[in-house]
Amino acid sequence: MRAVTGMAASVTLPEERMTFDVERIREDFPVLRQQIRGRPLVYLDNAATSQKPKSVIETIEQYYLTENSNVHRGIHLLSERATEAFEGARVKVARFLNAADAREIIFVRGATEGINLVAHSFVRPLLVAGDEILVSEMEHHSNIVPWQMLCEATGAVLRVIPINDDGELRLDEYERLLGENTRLVSIAHVSNALGTINPVKHVIDLAHERGVPVLIDGAQATPHMPVDVQALGCDFYVCSGHKLFGPTGIGVVFGKARHLEIMPPYQGGGDMILSVTFEKTIYNEAPLKFEAGTPHIAGAIGLGAAIDYVSSIGLDRIAAYEDELLVYATDAISTIPGLRIIGTAKEKASILSFILDGAHAHDIGTILDQEGIAIRTGHHCAQPVLRRFGVPATARASLAFYNTRDEIDALVRAIHKVSELFG
Amino acid sequence: MSDLRELYQEVILDHNKRPRNYLKLEGANRTAEGYNPLCGDQITVYVLVEDDVIQEITFQGSGCAISKASASMMTATVKGKTTDEAKGLIEAFRSMVTADLNAAPDLQAVGKLAVFAGVREFPVRVKCATLPWHTMHAALEGQAQLASTE
Repeated sequence: MRAVTGMAASVTLPEERMTFDVERIREDFPVLRQQIRGRPLVYLDNAATSQKPKSVIETIEQYYLTENSNVHRGIHLLSERATEAFEGARVKVARFLNAADAREIIFVRGATEGINLVAHSFVRPLLVAGDEILVSEMEHHSNIVPWQMLCEATGAVLRVIPINDDGELRLDEYERLLGENTRLVSIAHVSNALGTINPVKHVIDLAHERGVPVLIDGAQATPHMPVDVQALGCDFYVCSGHKLFGPTGIGVVFGKARHLEIMPPYQGGGDMILSVTFEKTIYNEAPLKFEAGTPHIAGAIGLGAAIDYVSSIGLDRIAAYEDELLVYATDAISTIPGLRIIGTAKEKASILSFILDGAHAHDIGTILDQEGIAIRTGHHCAQPVLRRFGVPATARASLAFYNTRDEIDALVRAIHKVSELFG
Repeated sequence: MSDLRELYQEVILDHNKRPRNYLKLEGANRTAEGYNPLCGDQITVYVLVEDDVIQEITFQGSGCAISKASASMMTATVKGKTTDEAKGLIEAFRSMVTADLNAAPDLQAVGKLAVFAGVREFPVRVKCATLPWHTMHAALEGQAQLASTE
């Protein structure tokens, strides 16, 4: 399914593939080697942002130490090197998502900007009053608010696919909502608040049967599982570098070439033009048409290094390891009296959202922090889905492949302390 | 756990579990809603002011132990006080929970509310403690808009 990128993958011996040496992997993440309030850091806030391997940090440092220059314009050697590294990163992203062509990859600030780009340049020109945009009830605010803004400006209507009590998409309702006026379906690949893995292939197929294009928000999927945009057939796919063990401030939009060709630019400025006069400006071709101004060069190169790193381990192996860890964690916290897991879909990835009788999520967060355990508490930028479950806030532990069973045990012990205090 | 006990004092845990004046006040003539956009904490404060004196004050909402206990003790403390006295307490409370860690906070001005002095050790929780007070301030000022910690 996924093309292997990164050199390390090709030198991994077959027997090493059999085991997942988490302790060795942890050595690649300098931030994990520290004490928080006198205890070893247990970082379980990976859905908010992930930690960075040494190779990513060193790649960015090397870029600034030896290659820093602007891209696409200098005639000098440094600019040539920077351009090569930047465009090389685009090729790595294209292989990582299995896009047919690197020109289908646009660099943006993050998944949020990616959705806004698609909203502004692809969807907005299509919309007239009465048109509909379909999202799901479990979306992050970044996949709700841009569409609301678009609806306000055009008179279009935002429709919401409901979910069931386990936090799974109601596919029957989805089919009912897909109608003549639907101009776009936009849903998360993996829910950041519940961990649900949505059946996106099926969602896309149903929409395409009716000629409706689909945007997939892959911010929470790309760090945890192989993604193949050609196999999915999605029209757009967005993700964030910082959740994928890369730097903040860089993200990606995949868009099918035939869409990108006809879409107007997202922002105006340098780099997105072929020629400018005061009478007429001719725009560059995709993807540069969508990348006005000096891009986040170091960020893109750092993202490329992150992709090399996860590819050297293998997304299949990462998914298998995390799945086992999630099952272990789910079983472990389920034994805690008064604890209720929010989000119990059959297909889940890396996220444990929960509430505890008598203790508010913020109090849980503060007490866990005293134990060196970092989790997220609150509404996770997904207020509608929490309202669906009738809770104002949850505590959320989110896993990455460098987390261990020992860390889950520490989490369970700390939650017991919360129960003691508030019981 | 020593720092935690400093934050979650028994009085606070008790007010969290059994919040005082936790109901809608029929006949309130000042009401305000408070919201912390960062975490979603939400509170409504109802006040009955007569002759510049807070005759009755209640609250409802959802929030953590710190915000709930703060609201509960706030209502218990200001009932019967003049609006000016209440505003003085708002300022004293705010000063206490945001006081520099190296300086001794002025605990005399706040009386029993001194149990919240530990909050200043937890900067991210300060807004939990102050939300009810901001909201009461908005109610007393008759501000129509939503009080916010931001």
